[in-house]
Amino acid sequence: MTDPSHDSAVLTAFEDDLPLGGTKRTRRRQLIGRYLPAAIAFVSVLVVWELFVELANVKSFILPAPSEITAAFFEEFSTIWSAGWTTLREAVGGLFIGLFLAIFVSFSIVRWTWLEEGVMPVAIAIGTIPIVAMAPIMNAWFSITSLLSKMAVVALVIFFPVMINTVRGLNEVSAEEVELMRSFAAPGRDLLLRVRVPNALPYFFSALKVASALSMIAAVVAEYFGGRQDALGPYILQKAGLLRFAEAWAGIGVASILGIAVYSAVVLLERAVMPWHVSLRVAAGE
Amino acid sequence: MSSGAPAVAAAGVGKVFVGDSSVEALQGIDLTIQQNDFIALIGPSGCGKSTLLRLVGDLLAPTSGSLAVNGKTPNEARLAREYGMVFQKATLLEWRTVLKNIELPLEVMDFDKEEREPRAREMLDLVQLSDFGDSYPWQLSGGMQQRVAIARALAFKPSILLMDEPFGALDEMTRERMQLELLEIWDRTDTTVIFVTHSIPEAVFLATHVVVMSPRPGRITDVIDVDLPRPRGFETRESPRFYEKLTEVREALRRAEPEPDRQ
Repeated sequence: MTDPSHDSAVLTAFEDDLPLGGTKRTRRRQLIGRYLPAAIAFVSVLVVWELFVELANVKSFILPAPSEITAAFFEEFSTIWSAGWTTLREAVGGLFIGLFLAIFVSFSIVRWTWLEEGVMPVAIAIGTIPIVAMAPIMNAWFSITSLLSKMAVVALVIFFPVMINTVRGLNEVSAEEVELMRSFAAPGRDLLLRVRVPNALPYFFSALKVASALSMIAAVVAEYFGGRQDALGPYILQKAGLLRFAEAWAGIGVASILGIAVYSAVVLLERAVMPWHVSLRVAAGE
Repeated sequence: MSSGAPAVAAAGVGKVFVGDSSVEALQGIDLTIQQNDFIALIGPSGCGKSTLLRLVGDLLAPTSGSLAVNGKTPNEARLAREYGMVFQKATLLEWRTVLKNIELPLEVMDFDKEEREPRAREMLDLVQLSDFGDSYPWQLSGGMQQRVAIARALAFKPSILLMDEPFGALDEMTRERMQLELLEIWDRTDTTVIFVTHSIPEAVFLATHVVVMSPRPGRITDVIDVDLPRPRGFETRESPRFYEKLTEVREALRRAEPEPDRQ
């Protein structure tokens, strides 16, 4: 008497619409389709930049050509990468410390709601401080030459957005979801682990993506306040001071490559952890 | 149930929501629901039918009166896992596949790992979604999602199924098909159903008894026995008896309305 095929028409229609899947060739074409515009834009910028510098006869200390910067990069290869390695460790170390603190505070706030009234205003106050202004203080607390003083700045910078978003994600579960778990007589631990935490993941990851980009920025800026010289901040500062701008630009290039790498790692992690999410459905639907 | 106690026995139950201005949602509710009854709660918006459902399910506590479920307090019944809940929204967890959604209560209730999947598959068969265990909720239509919600509510074999306008968001055709399926499921399982609805035909088609409620404060004004033959099917909706019952419920609802002051 009942007819489930009526409903399943919806699913069939959906399968027909699936953009991915099918042969390897269509798949490859789709990947090219997705990245081609960005690649073209990137190359165009470099070409226009190169031609502009060449034709307008721009002085090297104002804007070196991409070819000069590339040459400088290969000349300085080992120095630049060891500087990059230092900065990367500060950024990633600070990212982990900040994440750990943010997650710890978020869970505490959700577990003991009275904490929210006490902690949130303080957290918001911290959020409004220009954190890089704290760099000299961190240098005093954790020794200017240690990586930890830079990690502390990074951790402070990323703590706020990650914490606020995670708390939101943990709290914004629907009334029905709470009633449902209650009707199962589920202990609070189940509500937390099976509903609140998965619900918070998209919020957490969108904050983490912002934080990963902020972490490289914060690390380089913190380095400008003094510390080890084998890091990207001092490297760029020093080369600029010597008017060797091609090398300074090469340093900036490495900083952005490392920033992109950290960001990409977060994106890959996000896909692995929550393939079910709306934003990733096309990739997961095959 | 093994005990001879009624599924629900309410005597003088009232509920006041205390706030800036207190609202008396329910007043003097007397209602006895027998085991395996299918009760439809019907009434205009604000008559407290959802509130009554939540009092039975121990999602809210009554302000006055006494309420017993299977001879226990609602709280004891909830802790004994005697309630399955279905809401207007399917409320499936989007990060779980259909099968894992149905296994959710089984995980929470510490069923053996080996027992969970077969049990969930059995429920999928019951709601005729056997092939969709590995799909995610967003891949299903609204009607299918609601069937998953019903399967989830029944997975741990609760004795009472509480349904809060479960088909309210579905289109008319899907809705009628779902009603038929629900009756089949109710037939095959030993479940008492309390079903909140706005729809007169839905209430008459499904229920053994239609409980008519009036608003401000919510009271029960009529209980109409629906003695239409079972199994009910498409013919039921076209029978003269069905129309008589529709009229009876409609008139009861009109009587329940205090004064025609709307518009």
